[in-house]
Amino acid sequence: MKAFTYQRANSLTEAAAASAKPGATLIAGGTNLLDLMKLQVETPNHLVDINRLPLDKIEDTPEGGLRIGAMVRNSDLAADPRVRNRYGVLSRALLSGASAQLRNKATTGGNLLQRTRCYYFYDVTKPCNKRDPGSGCAALGGFNRIHAILGGSNQCIAVNPSDMAVAMRALDAQVGTIDAKNVTRAIPIAEFHRLPGDTPQIETTLKPGEIITAVMLPPPPMGKQIYRKVRDRASYAFALVSVAAIVDAAGGKVRSARLAFGGLAPKPWRVAPAEERAVGASASESTFDAVASGVLDGARGYGGNDFKIPLTRRTLRAVLAEATLT
Amino acid sequence: MDESGHRGIRITRRTVLESGTATAAFLLSGLPQVALSAEAADTETAITPISVDLQVNGLLHRLTLDPRTTLLDALREHLALTGSKKGCDHGQCGACTVLLDGRRINSCLTLAAMHDGEPITTIEGLADGKTLHPLQAAFIEHDGFQCGYCTSGQICSAMGMLSESRAGAPSYVTENLAEAQPALTDAEIRERMSGNICRCAAYPNIVAAIKQAAGAPT
Repeated sequence: MKAFTYQRANSLTEAAAASAKPGATLIAGGTNLLDLMKLQVETPNHLVDINRLPLDKIEDTPEGGLRIGAMVRNSDLAADPRVRNRYGVLSRALLSGASAQLRNKATTGGNLLQRTRCYYFYDVTKPCNKRDPGSGCAALGGFNRIHAILGGSNQCIAVNPSDMAVAMRALDAQVGTIDAKNVTRAIPIAEFHRLPGDTPQIETTLKPGEIITAVMLPPPPMGKQIYRKVRDRASYAFALVSVAAIVDAAGGKVRSARLAFGGLAPKPWRVAPAEERAVGASASESTFDAVASGVLDGARGYGGNDFKIPLTRRTLRAVLAEATLT
Repeated sequence: MDESGHRGIRITRRTVLESGTATAAFLLSGLPQVALSAEAADTETAITPISVDLQVNGLLHRLTLDPRTTLLDALREHLALTGSKKGCDHGQCGACTVLLDGRRINSCLTLAAMHDGEPITTIEGLADGKTLHPLQAAFIEHDGFQCGYCTSGQICSAMGMLSESRAGAPSYVTENLAEAQPALTDAEIRERMSGNICRCAAYPNIVAAIKQAAGAPT
């Protein structure tokens, strides 16, 4: 680990100002950041500890949704009765991620900012445009079993590893932020993560010194909520494919379908035209297949990850069948 | 993570173990100058040692630490509490599991400085004098280990897991999330303990030990 100086922030303004300085980084749960610092993938010269900022509340909003503080731990969010009863897809997604020890530390804001688990990003002896812009991408022609089939570029095909963010995408969450001048923003989660394009090192639309304060969930949408995760182990593994689904169906017809995907792309993936194919359609294999084709529009494999295309289709079909079962 | 103090002062883990905490703390007071000279060559940021009060198993320890010191390294190398083990040092194996304010965490993936004044419990803090904690006794009774390297992490993790379960927390395999008190079945125990790897694969006996300690029929 490279040397750094350490500061415990006593206010959001102090944290925002300190984190805007070159080389400074906020530390919350630290479960991903310290891992990367040990490998010198991340080499901050100053850490701003925000663990004692009062951002650990889950509050009801006047609209009937929830406001989740950025420092709410993943385990606390998953176990909250309101989340379990009204946002089951989020609770289930959180519980599918990492281990209990990590979930006790990992925070809502930190989960949104976690880095990819691409093994070339982690290996500082290999080229990686995300870690070292301009050095190349070893995954394109290398082992790319876990990599993106959608949304990648010829610079980077790393996937976003979060389960939580996939559920939040299906729920149309918003990310609340504040900067050192006390300017606040609410960023729709769809616009929070960026696609790599030619700048894979820039992963979110956060500005320097802008801090996540909360995630806002709108009132729970109608329908059955499912989080289905397909991975190499039964527990404690990242998704090869995951589906967060909120499907409203009755009398053999689909009224609405919200479908977000993990493991497929550099950001939680959602395709509006694919969802529209389900609206008003019969809950049948042919509908499910048409929706899957819409989701996979433009998908391409890079050799090792070709299997993700049929795996996504089959997983989605199974999820939609379960969601529309009467 | 490198322990710059050790590189400069040439104390080994064994020295610390044999000399005890007081000696370690004394040696560490000499850390800043030594560490600076040892690190200056390969880093741009000078090391600014920080004072950290660690409250471990009911005792308060004032330490002067390189900010990079993980909680695990502080416990093992500075307080000579070597029950918590360093397996992977990347939060993947669970051997370093300790309880922070009663909640289980990976001590390798957090900095000691982040826990100034917060209550920490390690495997050394579980027994009541010579009387083992029921989880410790159950692990022995059910032979919940072979080599034993993962055991302190398994037991601390099981402590945290049982209190999560008593509080009604669900897991990924909980069928009905709305259920206020999910039953602690074998499948639940296995899922909830998946952050602790046992390379000897003593899992069936670990599950049996935890069930016994939880008061469930085994």
